[in-house]
Amino acid sequence: MRITVTVDGTTYTDEVEPRQLLVHYLRERLGKVGTVVGCDTSNCGACTVHLDGHSVKSCSVLAVQADGGEVTTIEGLARDGTLHPVQQAFHDNHALQCGFCTPGMIMQSIDLLADNPDPDERAVREGLEGNLCRCTGYQNIVRAVRDAAGHMRGGAGPEAEQVRETRNVVGGGN
Amino acid sequence: MIPAAFDYVAPTTVDDAVRALAEAGEDAKVIAGGQSLLPVLRMRLAAPSMLVDLGKVAELRGVREDGDTLVVGAMTTHYDVQRDPLVREHARLLALATNVVADPQVRHRGTFGGSLAHADPAGDLLAPALALDAELVVAGMDGRRTIPAAEFFADFFTTSMRSGEILCEVRVPKKTGWSAHYEKFNRVAQAWSIVAVAAAVLVDDGTITEARVGLTNMAATPVRATAVESALVGQPATAEAITAAAQHAAEGTSPAADGNADAEFRQHLARVLTSRAVSAAVGA
Amino acid sequence: MTSTIEPEIGRARLRKEDARLIAGRTRWTDNLALPGLLHMAVARSPMAHARITNIDVDAARRMPGVLAVFTGADLAGEQGSLPCAWPITEDMKSPDAPSIAVEEVNFAGEAVAVVVARSAYEAADALEAVDVDYDELPVVLDLEGAVADGADLVHPDLGTNASATWVFDSAEAGTGTDVERAIADAEVLIERTYRQQRLIPAFMEPRSVVVDPTGEQLTMWSATQIPHILRVMLAMTLSVPEHKVRVIAPDVGGGFGGKLQVTPEEILTFLVARRLGKPVKWTETRSESLLSAHHGRDQVQKLTLAARRDGTVTGLKVELLADMGAYLRLVTPGVPILGAFMFNAIYKFPAYRFACTNVFTNKTPTDAYRGAGRPEATYAIERLMDELAAELGVDPIEIRERNWIRHEEFPFDTVAGLTYDSGNYEAATAKAKELFGYDALRAEQRERRERGDTVQLGIGTSTFTEMCGLAPSRVLGALSYAAGGWEHAAVRMLPTGKVEVVTGSSPHGQGHETAWSQIVADQLGVPFEDVEVLHGDTQSSHRGMDTYGSRSLTVGAMAVVRAADKVKAKAAKVAAHMLEAAEDDVEFAGGAFGVRGAGAEAKSVSIQDVALAVFAAHDLPDGVEPSLDSEATFDPENFSFPHGTHLCAAEVDTETGRVTIRSYVAVDDVGKVVNPLIVEGQVHGGLAQGIAQALYEEAVHDESGTLTTGTLADYLVPSAVDLPEFTTDRTETAATSNALGVKGVGEAGTIASTPAVVNAVVDAVRHLGVSDVQMPCTPMRVWQAIRTGRTDAGGLGGEAGGGLGSINPEGGAR
Repeated sequence: MRITVTVDGTTYTDEVEPRQLLVHYLRERLGKVGTVVGCDTSNCGACTVHLDGHSVKSCSVLAVQADGGEVTTIEGLARDGTLHPVQQAFHDNHALQCGFCTPGMIMQSIDLLADNPDPDERAVREGLEGNLCRCTGYQNIVRAVRDAAGHMRGGAGPEAEQVRETRNVVGGGN
Repeated sequence: MIPAAFDYVAPTTVDDAVRALAEAGEDAKVIAGGQSLLPVLRMRLAAPSMLVDLGKVAELRGVREDGDTLVVGAMTTHYDVQRDPLVREHARLLALATNVVADPQVRHRGTFGGSLAHADPAGDLLAPALALDAELVVAGMDGRRTIPAAEFFADFFTTSMRSGEILCEVRVPKKTGWSAHYEKFNRVAQAWSIVAVAAAVLVDDGTITEARVGLTNMAATPVRATAVESALVGQPATAEAITAAAQHAAEGTSPAADGNADAEFRQHLARVLTSRAVSAAVGA
Repeated sequence: MTSTIEPEIGRARLRKEDARLIAGRTRWTDNLALPGLLHMAVARSPMAHARITNIDVDAARRMPGVLAVFTGADLAGEQGSLPCAWPITEDMKSPDAPSIAVEEVNFAGEAVAVVVARSAYEAADALEAVDVDYDELPVVLDLEGAVADGADLVHPDLGTNASATWVFDSAEAGTGTDVERAIADAEVLIERTYRQQRLIPAFMEPRSVVVDPTGEQLTMWSATQIPHILRVMLAMTLSVPEHKVRVIAPDVGGGFGGKLQVTPEEILTFLVARRLGKPVKWTETRSESLLSAHHGRDQVQKLTLAARRDGTVTGLKVELLADMGAYLRLVTPGVPILGAFMFNAIYKFPAYRFACTNVFTNKTPTDAYRGAGRPEATYAIERLMDELAAELGVDPIEIRERNWIRHEEFPFDTVAGLTYDSGNYEAATAKAKELFGYDALRAEQRERRERGDTVQLGIGTSTFTEMCGLAPSRVLGALSYAAGGWEHAAVRMLPTGKVEVVTGSSPHGQGHETAWSQIVADQLGVPFEDVEVLHGDTQSSHRGMDTYGSRSLTVGAMAVVRAADKVKAKAAKVAAHMLEAAEDDVEFAGGAFGVRGAGAEAKSVSIQDVALAVFAAHDLPDGVEPSLDSEATFDPENFSFPHGTHLCAAEVDTETGRVTIRSYVAVDDVGKVVNPLIVEGQVHGGLAQGIAQALYEEAVHDESGTLTTGTLADYLVPSAVDLPEFTTDRTETAATSNALGVKGVGEAGTIASTPAVVNAVVDAVRHLGVSDVQMPCTPMRVWQAIRTGRTDAGGLGGEAGGGLGSINPEGGAR
């Protein structure tokens, strides 16, 4: 099937098998290996990206379902060399160790801050309940998200990522 | 893990979807939000020949009023149900139960209709739909028909929808002014309910005048705790009266045993959680 | 230029590693793509014990994109036997451990065929077409049953399910008196049997291996904790010349002991790539990982503690059955033995006996999981101390105080034969009690009991120690471990004054690049930013013993310090020449060499100046070679002994059995701290895993030996919602066993927290007649314990309870 998807500001048109998972399309076709696969059952959240302004687990979305959509991955967050405030806060608060869950954690954190710009500790924990981390015990992740909230004055959520002017790449990826 | 190969079609109208499903035959499967189906496909617990994706059928999305009935499109996402002002006002129980379905990412993609059609007895929206006397409108090649929730859930992961039918909308009698609560009991945040209780009650001047109680995961289908409902009506909305009525919660149930709970514990939980759900609903 | 440089050691430096990881610029093994890369998938046995009667791979071979299918028979001649490096006794029984089963499968999940295809999708499809016929054999699952007379055997040719029995007896060792005598004379006996449930390390990055056989050397990338050991073992197991193998551990997403292994899949990927002459990748699914990557813990602990009525402990007898699973993996037999030295913990037991029998079952092999032996020991003794306190009606902290080693008694020779170098249990406990609000919580507990509140409060104590820094090579030798415990490092001074540090430690999330940079910055007086740390590639880091057992800092960083010392010594000769001074008159401070006593304004040369002069090599002293580069291999003389006091307040809903942690205080003494941010993070993560053992996680096999917790929907790794906010603090007594004064922190949180939590749970409901709840303390177990006094409620029902695990292939319910 032919699909057209905008990923991190670039529009790609590709032939894909209907069964191809969005995360595999991102990783294998587009080389967006910053987004990773951690489980089979959509429990771990490591593959979280934004699809049309909302966080989704890209292992539980077919690439064909993203046809016509706009995807933002961890690789599309930094702008002009400046980290997204949530990325910066993860660094500043030592909110990662091995870093495998981090892309999904950051993408979900951005989503939760879009819905709730000033979450308390409980709200952060609940907002991240679909993302597993085995290293940090979550404490510094919670700190980081609340720290980021303080640095974001609205408008930095998923919707702000949707890029108006995009480049078109037909048959993108490799 | 990787799903087995399948064909895929994404119609834009219900009629086209029904036709596509009919043409594809027995081995086709409908995909709504896909949040239950995709893990199943990835684990190769199912291998349909064709997926009919309802994601592009705009008419299946959204919530509207129809007189005394709230109509929730089957493809309305959990995220939209949670935030819908009509749902919050007229079917508060539904909004509360939807809040605790899975996790935020899943709620962005997963749909109300998809959850009901999946008919997982541990799913959190079945008992509320049952308790609220929802009716499910399905469409097939022979047209539309309406199935009461009490008849819709037939068995484990099985509904009374016929092959080739699509769930279009859920009609929920308005429960405006009712108090509600969904009490979920599980071991970790993203685990399925071991037992959960959906309660909606109407209180008039301190007395419970109507009550609806549905139980999650107490059988192969959601069940109504009718004995509790009867016992509650006419009682004062006090913790003591509610706890007494809740003792009937497990009557007639024979729940399954699994690693989280045996039947006895499930029945015990049903009583405790029913008491808590109704008490929380009325603020007792 | 004179400047006062703030010491790097002790600074809360933000991590160097983060920049890539937060931006998605990662190098996980699975990210790697090579020209012509093929994808391998593994068909696994659904049977726990069976003879393979036929494997039909013809259909799989004909599937689109499939290049090859191999069975055990195809690879039997070259696969060798997976290595076990720890034969704990001379008569230890150890079966051949094939990477792929040839005639018989011994656990559900064992490899029976591999498929190689052009894409991972095609490989997955072809797996479905592999058809294996089995003849079922009796399944051995229960530990106690496995060693009973007439038991069915996992490996009939061994004649027994008991692999080995390892004994330590303080009377025989001369480190203490006879425990049987102590038991006979005891005024109080506490006899308990505790069960360490089977756990799964569940690192977040699934394992992945890529092998490229096309170069002069065969290169293996693997998500491993042990690239160096892996290379040696590949050479030894497969009879390939060691110098023709290069192993790279790129970014590795967590390990927790779970990637301390030479895996069947590493061997199989190697063999298949070599056969086909093409690069091959294998990346496991999460289900495969939970099923077949090694598991952890799984012991039955029979314990007898003898004491006097005044609370003084007089003896401890430990009898263990430890589940090996079906085979002995890399350090499987030694894991329970590591606990042998820790059951006596911080207490002055005069008599001690430890006997452990390692047992084969038809389950996934066990091996190291965070703490490895020490959590089991700490759990047992800390639970027993609470039981003793309850028996005598004494406060649990008071009973510990009466028995622990006082700070003025260090160094202390323990009844298990170790020498604890330093510690201050009084200080850590005092700080923990204060942060916790111990007295106020006890008052609230009393009040709730009196009120008969449905939610009861319990307080759990764990005053733990552990042994870190594996290890003195001579001690490992005495324990029959096959290798030493040294670590290697090299420091290279580049012409422009920048520094490359090569370490044999192999980080997988710990932050070594940051910590090692801090250490070297202090040692050489160079900026933190000027240090680059190289690791995880046997080509750049040719010697190493890798990372596990909280050994990196105490052993690996010490090697870095020694190498830096050598750099300074070499540089001093050159600097003296440049300063036209005698070498003895030259001193090094703040990154520069100067003449001792010459004053601040006198000429000095920085180490960077020296590096450039050495590079030019125009004017070096006679006999000095033009290089400052140095290497060192450090072998510690002793273990290090972190300790601490953890206090947990848990609320138990007596109506539902649900446990909620209300507050958790951890005061750890890990010696000198290089980076407090990293230390705190390690403690947080350790606590999460220890609490998860207490409350959530358990690998369960059904009666046929099928793992029923085979996805993350069933194996309950806690999320942020399921864990509390922790209060962490530190006390600091420097280790005397190494120059840095460091003790190690990687496992402390995991070791300490499990008994703290269970002690709290039991304490909350002890007045209701409960003296134990088996782990994990699930709601049903807690509820049953309150109601009936049973401790082990739960286990499998025969019917489905809903959820993903209930779905069968026909789309209906299981």
